[in-house]
Amino acid sequence: MSGIPHDHYEPKTGFEKWLHERLPVVSLIYDTLMIPTPKNLNWWWIWGIVLAFCLVLQIVTGIVLAMHYTPHVDQAFASIEHIMRDVNGGWAIRYAHMNGASLFFLAVYIHMFRGLFYGSYKAPREITWIIGMLIYLAMMATGFLGYVLPWGQMSFWGATVITGLFGAIPGIGEPIQAWLLGGPAVGNATLNRFFSLHYLLPFVIAGLVIVHIWAFHTTGNNNPTGVEVRRGSKEEAEKDTLPFWPYFVIKDLFALVVVLAAFVAVIWTMPNYFGHPDNYIEANPLVTPAHIVPEWYYLPFYAILRAFTADVWVVQIASFLTGGIITAKFFGVLAMFGSIFVMALVPWLDTSRTRSGVYRPQFKWWFWLLVIDFIVLMWCGAMPAEPPYSTISLIGATYWFAYFLVILPLLGVIEKPKTPPATIEEDFDAHYPPKPAE
Amino acid sequence: MIKRTLLSATIALGLATGALAAGGESHIEDFDFSFEGPFGTYDTHQLQRGLQVYTEVCASCHGLEYVYYRNLGDHGGPEMEEEQVKAYAALFETFDPEIDDFRTAVPADKFNASQFDGAPDLSLMAKARAGFHGPAGLGINQVIKGMGGPEYIASILLGYTGEEKEQAGTILYENTAFPGGWISMPPPLADDLVEFADGHDADEHHLAMDVAAFLMWTAEPKMDTRKETGFYVFVFMVFLAGLLYLTNKQLWAPHKRKN
Repeated sequence: MSGIPHDHYEPKTGFEKWLHERLPVVSLIYDTLMIPTPKNLNWWWIWGIVLAFCLVLQIVTGIVLAMHYTPHVDQAFASIEHIMRDVNGGWAIRYAHMNGASLFFLAVYIHMFRGLFYGSYKAPREITWIIGMLIYLAMMATGFLGYVLPWGQMSFWGATVITGLFGAIPGIGEPIQAWLLGGPAVGNATLNRFFSLHYLLPFVIAGLVIVHIWAFHTTGNNNPTGVEVRRGSKEEAEKDTLPFWPYFVIKDLFALVVVLAAFVAVIWTMPNYFGHPDNYIEANPLVTPAHIVPEWYYLPFYAILRAFTADVWVVQIASFLTGGIITAKFFGVLAMFGSIFVMALVPWLDTSRTRSGVYRPQFKWWFWLLVIDFIVLMWCGAMPAEPPYSTISLIGATYWFAYFLVILPLLGVIEKPKTPPATIEEDFDAHYPPKPAE
Repeated sequence: MIKRTLLSATIALGLATGALAAGGESHIEDFDFSFEGPFGTYDTHQLQRGLQVYTEVCASCHGLEYVYYRNLGDHGGPEMEEEQVKAYAALFETFDPEIDDFRTAVPADKFNASQFDGAPDLSLMAKARAGFHGPAGLGINQVIKGMGGPEYIASILLGYTGEEKEQAGTILYENTAFPGGWISMPPPLADDLVEFADGHDADEHHLAMDVAAFLMWTAEPKMDTRKETGFYVFVFMVFLAGLLYLTNKQLWAPHKRKN
């Protein structure tokens, strides 16, 4: 599977040969686990394993929760309380699932920013990046659908606001919204289909994850230097790499358990910290919460959505040019999806030939500004849509687009990158110098 | 019962408007509860006192629709004896759809629901309100102070200034803890309103703390179990991390030229 030369599985016993001729599954597992991995990977490369674990955790806890949950507007909220109070260990499973979503998104954001910094999206890994973006979109959808299921106030009003985004599409928006909801407003039909889709999408994600892994196993991992593994011969490749098993399995497991210790500490001491108190109030279509706030992991994009109000000049120009078809609300929706779309295009927007940000003196500053921008937008998303937050959101949203559409294309031209080491081995030896005898 | 329904309907119409008043700064006092922090547990005696305050004061309007009488005997709760739970349940009537009539409640029944719409159910109130939001709305202080649900409840109970005003036919009471500053619930507590069998202090402050603690338990009945289990799982994770750290170090040592 891998383009990096390495040992392949050889069936030895009679049974192994028999099986291998019929179904080369052992070979598949062997080649996947023994993939040559750049030996200079740093700790930012552990989040993939955390993400794989999160997916399994969410599916396993989710399946158990589904055994006790009732997707009906009259019983959904009470069935969650039944899980929390009467199901054996139900509180633990539900808190693990709730906070598991937060861990999942924390991990995916670190994973994505790692990719952005080390240029993991660049050729030949564009497909890996695009599949990753699809996984991220599916995660956003799954998280949103799941948050509706407890049928609390934020569930209901979050569903109303988010499906309302589709209603903002000119002309066809309202029929689409009604089709998504299964009626004119969020109701029992909505809850039922959201439950069905919340159960389905994780398996779509699992499928995409397999393709994601397949893609980067074909190209090989990126690494902190951005220098490719030498592939001239097996001996050469072995100077740059170590097999995934056991070296990276054990390293990743150690990191995973450290992350899980923190995860357990959250469930132990403050399991509701990442949730919203209003979701412990049963959904009530007649009472609108004072502030409708999405989960923390949507906040940066929620801030971008709300940043483009009718008094922003780009919105006014867009509205004027389209004869009023593009309203401020629709512009906001376009901006929100656009902010994710530009990220998906980054393999072609980044013109620099140097892959890793380590060797790009100017890029580094812009990158860290993007990280700060992301955090500031997250904060603005949690705040009411009023000055000064609306202004800060607008600046933040502008920088987000500028980073991908202006700064990255230009930097490739004007920046003078430093020279990366010639090989991964050289980089590794610089950190762990060979003993004089060697 | 019909009289009660009529009464509730009348009051509900009046109170519903008050519940919508929102916004404005409110002051939440940071009380010290026994169940705070990673190792804090419920104080069984306090929960029992809180149950009494709830029964004698709150229950005349509010309900606990997610709590069963049997829960009063659970570990990490008021931990009442089986006979006590039975006797307590027998004080109440519950509607039984099978006989289409009211009958004496048994431990397997739930507490009664609220008497009217304006009085919210209290089962989850301690988790449905966050007392602390700062700094700058980030909620980081919740890491140190906790979410502040029980603090919110106690602060409401003690936050009355004595001012009243009439608005659209409803009397509103000024309350420093309530968002918007005016609440439709009349001041429910007074010093020595409840008399405890063991002679425990029953001033307003104690009553508010006790009932707030009780409502924290109704909202999070498995908290004691969660903290015990959580701590052990955490310790296990740290231990496992230690072993994996050593394994990883040993495994990589030859490649990092450390041995």
